[in-house]
Amino acid sequence: MTDISRDLQQQVKQAFNNQQPLFIQGSGSKQFLLQSENDQLLNVCTHTGVINYEPTELVITARAGTSLNEIETLLKQHKQILGFEPPRFSSTATLGGTIACNMSGPRRPYAGAARDFILGCEIINGRGELLHFGGEVMKNVAGYDSSRLMAGAYGTLGVLLELSIRVLPQPEMEQSIMLEMNREEAIKICTQFRQQANTVSAACHINQQLYLRLSGNAQAVKQACEQTGGETLDDAGNFWQTIKEHQHPFFQSQKPLWRLSIPPANAAPELDDDSLLDWGGGLYWLLTNLPAAQIKMAAANAGGHATLFRNPAEEKDRFTSLPAPMRALHKKLKQAFDPGSILNPDLFSKVL
Amino acid sequence: MNIDKKQTLLASLGKILDKNSILEKEEDLRPYECDGLSAYRQLPMLVVLPETIAEIQAIVHLCQQQKIPVVARGAGTGLSGGALPSDDCLLLGLARLNKILDIDKNNLLATVQPGVRNLAISDAVSGLGLYYAPDPSSQIACTIGGNVAENSGGVHCLKYGLTVHNIAQLKVVTIDGELLTIGGFTYDSPGYDLLALMTGSEGLLGIIVEVTVRLLPKPETAKVILASFDDIEKAGEAVNNIISAGIIPAGLEMMDTLAIRAAEDFVHAGYPSDACAILLCELDGTSVEVTDQIASVEHLLTSSGATEIRTSANEEERQLFWKGRKAAFPSVGRISPDYYCMDGTIPRKALASILGQISQLSVDYGLPVANVFHAGDGNLHPLILYDANIPGELEKTEEFGGRILELCVAAGGTITGEHGVGMEKIDQMCVQFKPLELTQFHAIKSAFDPDNLLNPGKAVPTLHRCAELGAMHVHHGKLSHPELDRF
Repeated sequence: MTDISRDLQQQVKQAFNNQQPLFIQGSGSKQFLLQSENDQLLNVCTHTGVINYEPTELVITARAGTSLNEIETLLKQHKQILGFEPPRFSSTATLGGTIACNMSGPRRPYAGAARDFILGCEIINGRGELLHFGGEVMKNVAGYDSSRLMAGAYGTLGVLLELSIRVLPQPEMEQSIMLEMNREEAIKICTQFRQQANTVSAACHINQQLYLRLSGNAQAVKQACEQTGGETLDDAGNFWQTIKEHQHPFFQSQKPLWRLSIPPANAAPELDDDSLLDWGGGLYWLLTNLPAAQIKMAAANAGGHATLFRNPAEEKDRFTSLPAPMRALHKKLKQAFDPGSILNPDLFSKVL
Repeated sequence: MNIDKKQTLLASLGKILDKNSILEKEEDLRPYECDGLSAYRQLPMLVVLPETIAEIQAIVHLCQQQKIPVVARGAGTGLSGGALPSDDCLLLGLARLNKILDIDKNNLLATVQPGVRNLAISDAVSGLGLYYAPDPSSQIACTIGGNVAENSGGVHCLKYGLTVHNIAQLKVVTIDGELLTIGGFTYDSPGYDLLALMTGSEGLLGIIVEVTVRLLPKPETAKVILASFDDIEKAGEAVNNIISAGIIPAGLEMMDTLAIRAAEDFVHAGYPSDACAILLCELDGTSVEVTDQIASVEHLLTSSGATEIRTSANEEERQLFWKGRKAAFPSVGRISPDYYCMDGTIPRKALASILGQISQLSVDYGLPVANVFHAGDGNLHPLILYDANIPGELEKTEEFGGRILELCVAAGGTITGEHGVGMEKIDQMCVQFKPLELTQFHAIKSAFDPDNLLNPGKAVPTLHRCAELGAMHVHHGKLSHPELDRF
């Protein structure tokens, strides 16, 4: 547990004065997605420690370099969880990196994304100023919501120092089942499940099997399993872990891995390559050598967007570019937080 | 107000709108002089009531050209003066954009115009077994555009979140008159989370002209427990015990003696008028789940020292239990000529201490307070009872209210949980935020609206105002020359 905020602030101030671009890094667990060759490294991973955790307030505040492992272990002792079930992609993944990338796991459609759980943050903006937004309470509408704005901003608006995150009680019971069906049927079933009050907390389709996780009150989960039928999945915890962490055999490939975010009930994008469906139809993982333009077009036609997540043949065109007026607004907002454009400027041009 | 400016604007507006959509006579402007915070009143220069996005784009663009401030308004039910006009502003009434455009039952989305009422959305999808979760107490009248602008809450936030958690996409007209689409129908969108930034931005960043909300399936069943306590601290402890047991109730509300009695006298919900506090705990979900959880919560309440526990036996009784809570504000209005509703949020653990301090202040100021509390999420609504006809009493009430909000900040909470800053809490923003953060907010504002034309003077105070207020706090504790405008 160390506090290096003053040191980080000094480095940012200096970089601002010297117009030296910085590349903010936690543990480097998402290097496969985000890299910068030229910029000076600003390492946040030693800024660690849980600052405040009160189980009855349903909130945890920790420094950005704190590992997800430490946080989730602590929560588990109090029978609580991070509701967005963040993937780690490495045992060292930090809270800051997870929030900066707005990364959420299988529970996302049913409990919310990383951004939904942010209550407050402390950041250093591009002038080297220490700022505090939001707080540790759930309902807070004072000032612009600058905390949630940090989720998915990839550090381009500020260096995350501290985050207050809402937590959830661990479900009393979880059970997973398998149902044999094709993808089209799976999308239909997942849509029906969303339209009814039930306990589904994850839904994934691969190899002609729909995998459903049911979570919550024990009586309700038992009843739902009986009603749904299918085969009980042994070692379900491990199965969902392999989906969340990309350790499932599907992901063992050197082919480019695309991530397609699609409205969950829409027809699948018209691409006939190997794919895994998560988020009850809202997220496709696709292994393909098809050209970026074709994949993005197919995603757009299905009402969504695509990102080249791993194993790029080339760095350009990995992310979805914004329409011109939105891009102009993003530039102005970037400038409002980082007038010298020193915080992850490379990522800003690549991702946004 | 500059008469030439008004005439020039009128002439240009005449080319965009038909004359029934432009209000300029004093008697027509009068209904727009205030929102739900009626202590603050000001006639706008003009009111326009457009019916299409194209009209809004043209109007806003015109105002940018002629440097006219624009104040957007939905139903005008807001409680913080967010839609309060200025005498030189164009008030942009969005109530005529009241159509539900599309319901996508498979993706659980409803796309609506900003003037659609909150409850009208749930009504429209009820036949599909769906509803829109955020339920501010004004839901019968308030519009979804206003809900987004204020990031409105309600009594079910603990389980279902605020507006920001329940919307997917916005269409926004910028001060340049440009139409932007923010967010989308997917679970995430490329770019910054402007959806979060726009939600709760109180009309300062753009005009919300279309909203796509996320719908939820209606729970199979819902039951509410009414528990009485002879000690408010025990009631607070009971709330913690429920949360600690891993139960997230759909609603968890607390009322104190004065609020209980006022509500009971008004609607006869069967509340125990001798209790120091009552808790209303609603559980929803599948029947087996609710039956099981009701049993757990009844047990937890008993062991937390509840003196009486009643569980709604049927839907009628559930509605009756809620009726008292929902009528809390108007019922307090019956026992006092005026009341002032506060909206701070605190960490739940601070409840007993804050309530103690509020009752001390109540004695000091000689003004009674009734407390209504969203206990699950820490959002406190103290209602200060006063009489505006007694000279000086409104000012005294505002000062008392300000002190309560400062207590909330000191306890690690916030000055506004769901009503917004608007005009009302602009000075308390100086307590909540330091100059650096306020400067950052102004920079965000400038990125969207460099000429400061969208709802100017609300939500974020100038540093100058805070500095002056700080100095005044030190020297007097109250304003000298209250007749002067201060910026």
